[in-house]
Amino acid sequence: MTALSRRAPAEDGIATPEFEAAHERQKRWRGFLMALPAYAYLLLFFAVPLGIVVVYSFGTRTRFGTTELSGWNLESYEKLGRDLVQQVLFRSIWLALLTTVICLVIAYPFAYYMATRSARVRNLMLVFVMIPFWTNFLVRNYAWYVILGTDGPFSRVAEFLGFGPTRLLFTQSAVVMGLVYGFLPFMILPLYAAIERIDGRLLEASRDLGATGYQSFRRVLLPLSMPGVIAGSILVFIPSLGAYVTPDILGGAKTTLLGSYIVTQFLSARDFPFGAALSTVLMALMLAATIVYFRRGGRTL
Amino acid sequence: MSTSAGITEPRGWFRRVLQANAWLVYAFFYLPIVLLVIYSFSDNRNVGVWGGATLDWYREFANDEPIKTALGNSLKIAAASTTVSVVLGTMAALALERYKFRGRGFFDALLYLPVIIPDVTMAVMMLLFFAEAAKILGFSRGFSTITLSHIAFSISFVSIVVRARLAGTDEKLEEAAMDLYASRWQAFRYVTLPTIMPGVLGGGLLALTLSLDDVVITQFVTGGGWNTLPVYVFGLIRKGVTPLINAVSVVMLVASTVLVGLSLLAQRIRGGEPV
Repeated sequence: MTALSRRAPAEDGIATPEFEAAHERQKRWRGFLMALPAYAYLLLFFAVPLGIVVVYSFGTRTRFGTTELSGWNLESYEKLGRDLVQQVLFRSIWLALLTTVICLVIAYPFAYYMATRSARVRNLMLVFVMIPFWTNFLVRNYAWYVILGTDGPFSRVAEFLGFGPTRLLFTQSAVVMGLVYGFLPFMILPLYAAIERIDGRLLEASRDLGATGYQSFRRVLLPLSMPGVIAGSILVFIPSLGAYVTPDILGGAKTTLLGSYIVTQFLSARDFPFGAALSTVLMALMLAATIVYFRRGGRTL
Repeated sequence: MSTSAGITEPRGWFRRVLQANAWLVYAFFYLPIVLLVIYSFSDNRNVGVWGGATLDWYREFANDEPIKTALGNSLKIAAASTTVSVVLGTMAALALERYKFRGRGFFDALLYLPVIIPDVTMAVMMLLFFAEAAKILGFSRGFSTITLSHIAFSISFVSIVVRARLAGTDEKLEEAAMDLYASRWQAFRYVTLPTIMPGVLGGGLLALTLSLDDVVITQFVTGGGWNTLPVYVFGLIRKGVTPLINAVSVVMLVASTVLVGLSLLAQRIRGGEPV
């Protein structure tokens, strides 16, 4: 509106509808120009690569480990039906689910407690969740490697408690532990955001009307915090499925997950089309989950 | 924040259970980190065993040429990718928060994708993209491919942080400035920029951290001996662990914690919510 009063062409300074429209067009154009550099960048360096992955997934691996792109076929997707691949897929889904459930069970009471504290305390609590959230992922996994190793502190404590020398490293439990450690903040943050918005008087009203603590949780708190539960579950499940660093450091040969399996296709097996097909499946899962989330009235974080 | 209608604090045993859970969560988050720091000073060839205090591993770190080279590479890449992504991300945030334009919805979605897509998938995307691009343009992998990939995911993080900041500022301030005959550039330079500066700073520090920490994507697009520090350390871990890795890890950890701390601090200047 301001540009109007300053630049109105009419002598009397009254904005005509034509001028309004021209101004509106100009403003849209300016917004587009401002978005353009990032827009073009992401189209070229994100959207195009994404398309290339999909194209590769229909290609063929030659005997020399190169990829033949002409002659589209579904061979790579057919490989998904093989026993070994199914094993990896089921194991990934199972471990990712387990990770998600553990995170949910730990994070829900944590987020709830955080939401009940004073603004000052909860901000502090939030900051101390954010710090591990953003700090070096590799190092945080490596820390568990040190702790869970043969002579490491975990084994010592287990020995002291009478369990005998225990080596958790290179087991599925170690991988799940590492995943929970890495992705727990992804669960806490959306849960907290959802619970914090809930009007506490609704909970009090349900109690006043004779609901037990559990009933009030089950019928009031949980439904109202559902967007947070869904968002957190997606944010933990998807990266767990695609995890590569954690199983690589903490897992053994029998803990190949989808993420590590994809990496193997590119860095050692050199079956690019199959790796691309697996990536496409992972992306499709992610997109489906995101769409479900937004359909169910979730909001962006 | 709606403190008036907030959830009241529970009492009794329930409260104690919640409290215990909270402390356990924090112990879970921070104990491994503390233990790693302690063991990095341990005078023992085995990484998880205490053998008296020493600074040897840090000394070895300071004298290790490949590590120093990798660190230098990491810093160069982080500086370049952060600079570009701060400019592009801030412009994107301004466009999305302040303007309507054709393709806005699609742009918004495109901007969120790099945040939620798993590392591995993005790594695969960049690998195949550069493999195809190299067929046409014939460049070699290394600094350029790593930096271009880092920018691709950093733009999104910068724009999210800046948008959160912009959403809390009043557009009328800029209009007022222009009413008072500030040019569009002056209004941006003297009104908009100072108000969103905490967001720009916070987003930039986040981009810096993410670039310095990335392993998976970098590993896929590197070439020509261009190791970044995390990729080099990851390689060391897979070859066989030495206490030297403890020391390097602690340095990386301290650096990324300080950067994240500063980022959160910057975002909170004059009452912003951290993203």
